[in-house]
Amino acid sequence: MSNVIWFTSAIVFLPAIVAMLIWIIVPRDKHDAMRWISLGATVVVFLMTAWMLFQNGEEGQFTAGVADMQNTFSLPWISSFNIYYMMGTDGISFPLVVLTSFLSMLAMAASWNITKHVKAYCILYLLLETGMLGVFLALDFFLFYVFWEVMLLPMYFLIGVWGGPRREYAAIKFFLYTLFGSVLMLIAILMLYFQSDLNLLTAEQLAEAHVAPGYSTPHTFNILALQKIGQLQNSPFSEELLWGRSLQWWAFLLLFIGFAIKVPAVPLHTWLPDAHVEAPTPISMILAGVLLKMGGYGIIRICYPICPEGGYELAWFVCAVGVVSMVYGAFAAMAQKDFKRLVAYSSVSHMGYVVLGLGVWSAAAGNQYDPYYWALGMNGAMFQMIAHGISSAGMFFLVGVLYDRVHHRNLDEFGGLFGRMPVYSGIAIVIFFAGLGLPGLCGFIGEVMVTLSVWNYSQALAVISAAVVILTAGYILWTIQRVYLGPEYKGPHGDHLTAMTNREIAIAAPLVVFAILFGVYPQVVFNYMEPSVTRSVEELAEWTHAVKDTPAPPTGVAVSTPPSDSIAAD
Amino acid sequence: MNLSALVENLYANTIASLDLFRPELILCATIVAMLLVRIIAGTRVPAALVALIGAGLGFYFSLPFGDEPIVRTEIFTGLLVYDGFTVFFRAILLFFAVLFVIFTQLSGIPDREDAPDFYSLVLGGTVGMCLMASANHLLMIFLAVEMASVPSYVLAGILKGRRQSSEAAIKYVVYGAGAAGVMLYGVSLLAGVLGSCHLPTMAAELANRLAADTLGESAMVLVLGGLMLGVGLAFKLSAFPFHFWCPDVFEGAAAEINAFLSIASKAAALALLVRVVVGFGHVPAENAPASVIAAAASTSSQDGYFAIADDETTRDSAAPETQRAALAPVRDFMLLLVAVLAAVTCTFGNLAAYGQTNIKRLMAYSTIAHAGYMMMPVAAALALSSQNTRAAEAAFAAIPFYVGIYLFMNLGAFAIIAFLRNELKSEEIDDYSGLVRRSPGVVVCFSVILFSLVGLPPLAGFAGKYVIFASLVDAMAIPGARLTMIALLVIGGLNTALSLFYYVRVVKVMTLDDERDTRAPASFSLASIPGAFVALVTIPVFVLGLFWNELYQVAAGATTTLFG
Repeated sequence: MSNVIWFTSAIVFLPAIVAMLIWIIVPRDKHDAMRWISLGATVVVFLMTAWMLFQNGEEGQFTAGVADMQNTFSLPWISSFNIYYMMGTDGISFPLVVLTSFLSMLAMAASWNITKHVKAYCILYLLLETGMLGVFLALDFFLFYVFWEVMLLPMYFLIGVWGGPRREYAAIKFFLYTLFGSVLMLIAILMLYFQSDLNLLTAEQLAEAHVAPGYSTPHTFNILALQKIGQLQNSPFSEELLWGRSLQWWAFLLLFIGFAIKVPAVPLHTWLPDAHVEAPTPISMILAGVLLKMGGYGIIRICYPICPEGGYELAWFVCAVGVVSMVYGAFAAMAQKDFKRLVAYSSVSHMGYVVLGLGVWSAAAGNQYDPYYWALGMNGAMFQMIAHGISSAGMFFLVGVLYDRVHHRNLDEFGGLFGRMPVYSGIAIVIFFAGLGLPGLCGFIGEVMVTLSVWNYSQALAVISAAVVILTAGYILWTIQRVYLGPEYKGPHGDHLTAMTNREIAIAAPLVVFAILFGVYPQVVFNYMEPSVTRSVEELAEWTHAVKDTPAPPTGVAVSTPPSDSIAAD
Repeated sequence: MNLSALVENLYANTIASLDLFRPELILCATIVAMLLVRIIAGTRVPAALVALIGAGLGFYFSLPFGDEPIVRTEIFTGLLVYDGFTVFFRAILLFFAVLFVIFTQLSGIPDREDAPDFYSLVLGGTVGMCLMASANHLLMIFLAVEMASVPSYVLAGILKGRRQSSEAAIKYVVYGAGAAGVMLYGVSLLAGVLGSCHLPTMAAELANRLAADTLGESAMVLVLGGLMLGVGLAFKLSAFPFHFWCPDVFEGAAAEINAFLSIASKAAALALLVRVVVGFGHVPAENAPASVIAAAASTSSQDGYFAIADDETTRDSAAPETQRAALAPVRDFMLLLVAVLAAVTCTFGNLAAYGQTNIKRLMAYSTIAHAGYMMMPVAAALALSSQNTRAAEAAFAAIPFYVGIYLFMNLGAFAIIAFLRNELKSEEIDDYSGLVRRSPGVVVCFSVILFSLVGLPPLAGFAGKYVIFASLVDAMAIPGARLTMIALLVIGGLNTALSLFYYVRVVKVMTLDDERDTRAPASFSLASIPGAFVALVTIPVFVLGLFWNELYQVAAGATTTLFG
């Protein structure tokens, strides 16, 4: 147990500790030393998370095929408000943790071009990694919120100091948007906290949620316990709060807005193109590859399980937001002249699939409570997050490689790169096709699963989401044509178009490998992910069935949803 | 009761009360000592040393030692009240006084010649603020406010021969005198209608009249009196629309004085606000004036004190409940007033801070905005106190908690401003541009403080804001106050996001902008004594952001005796 505490804490805080050491020990002009130390820290963190993938049965490893929270621990932190230092992993968070540590390592390797204020860069970068890992590992809502906010400051400076010409504008815009969303989130967290009542849960449920007996107040920030309270049939969250809407409904709305800003979903996406375009290449990789996933993760982990009623009633809203993001993002991408902006808008479009897949999950078509299609959509959304993490980080990196050489990103001034940089172009085409969703590459699996699951909910939405694939193909193929094909490169700095360096290939190659691996053999991911996702869906399906199909029991006795047994059979 | 019995009672009472009044007495003795030392020892003994020793001793004696729980005790025949809240605020004011003396010695204001006057004024003002935090009587409220204000007027103008400083002082005096006059008028109206100045007696009288519905036309007079009293409080809190003095005074006066005004004065004003709303909205169990003298006379023996209080309650056990219910309209009135003031003050402060180019003016508006935030839990506690005084106490706890954090944030900010003024000879934000190149440590400290003022985790300012918002959400359970609380919550939340903009602008200028050629090439390293002071004040901002359980428990303990 205590080994798990140390191991998990080391994953999260190792980067921060190394950052402190760099601050105190390393002299300001030893640039290479600082880079290597930072890279070393990210590699160690990645190796630690990768070690968890193995199945030797050692303590601390993540057992595949199990739906439960694993490696969970809980230490009292701020007892006045029942706040715990609680962390753990399940199939939903674990793949994202590995993705984060993996991309952090690659992006640090891509940071060698940063020559200005290297010391500050390394420190802020490592602090950012601590914040990101903490968000995915935290199981206490307060702790989650703290990590969520801890990322903001490093990100503000990383964009604001090392970014492009309009960096200050982009940085403050990113900061304001996210802070606004997180304030809404804080309000929702407090509402849920004061309404929660641990006494409603059975001893068994409390044990499952790792709530220590003998709590001083019945209120809790424990995400697992809040999920169980939210899914009670007579949940205290269902009381009316304002204007005929329940507390759940409002909490869902506030949380969803907070997470949708991060995803980002139209119309709250406008910070993203600015931030992505202005940020330096490694930070763009982190932004697209990890930060956007936090929005999706928050929706899966928090919005739906804690506020199922809100999710049930707002399903149409969430789905609409998802579809609008997909369509708008695709059209906006098509209209861009700036290569990086195009990739940024493609992120908006691709993350729309995630929102749609999650939104469909809560909807019950007719009176069917068959969780099969929900599980399909939800698993698709989760897979799409991983796949997008690989492909978008790759796309931003490849754009960065090009920008480092010719110092412009104007799509109309490229062309003919295949002849000049064949290796680079080959890698780029694989990555861009992965983003496009070509069968056999990682982008395909998630999109097709989401689209299939939507069919059962709304055929119109399914048709639209399938049509977006055509738009995506349109802008990506057009991009490839304008940049890589064509007779010759006529833009500025043509003589700087040198072949990719070994370092660049070393960064791009793993991304290509995973893009292909996940496309050909998605089971690699699903083995770890699917049981937890499916169980969440089944629990919610049962909740919907019990609450929306049958009248609630007349007495005030809370009837808990029995834990699902169907996982083993699945 | 004949005259000799009265005198005897008074004597016993005063002797008993003096024991609980030790920190204030120490401060008074220090002031006298400081003036005498100059005569006896010339200028060889620095006044700062005397002040430091005095403030340190006062702080030491203000700390509650021993395991006995602090009970609400009226001292000096009901003029003051001694409870956990008094102890907490007195301790924090004196702790600030200690830090303040060190800070001013490092920053070089006052010079050696002014020092005895300066520190007498500071300590005198601190005594007044301690009285504000423990006032239980309208006359005492007025006297305490004046005792805290008059030294502040002089301090604002302490930089002799500096035009702006004199202008600040005169503005402050005129405004303060006006507010004090209005407040005194309000006090006389309230006392005239209710026949007493003793807050619990007034509340009991008010409850009786409200219950019997015999208030009649005097209700209007009471409302007017309450509003006028509110003017005096709003002036001390620099709440909208009585905040106009604040930016001008802050800009004109030295940064050291700003620290004193924005921390000590604000803390005392908040404590006084709590005293007033609790005093008028709630009748303590031992409310009859006769019992006050008798009870206070026997303060030396706590058992006897409690015995009398118990007698009262057994004699008329239903009285507190009915009286509490009868005071509902009073609480609603105060709730609305405080909620509106808090919302407007907070929003105004944040919006007005946008256009500022002078760091002290910006901090003045930041202080105004924070006064707004800190008034919010008062509204929440008022809502909760109609049902559950325990929950109301928990809501009030947000105020001492925030004050404890705010002390470090603002002291750090003004210390940096003062030390940078000594180096750069400027207090314009633009002159801080590119400071990170030469003074990275100080810029990191300043950034930490500014982000903490925004309320970003993991810094202490977040914990403070979190507790304030928590009190509002808790009060949402009261159906009558739900909309008000939601409105305050939304306004508080939006303001947090808004305030980011101007705090970050300062950070941006210091870190992202290039250095200016016109500025003197000065650097300010953390590896100096002032730098160490800055670091020492900044560290708690970080530590309290991660481990704030203990401070919160102390703050929560301080409010458990508020309702008696």
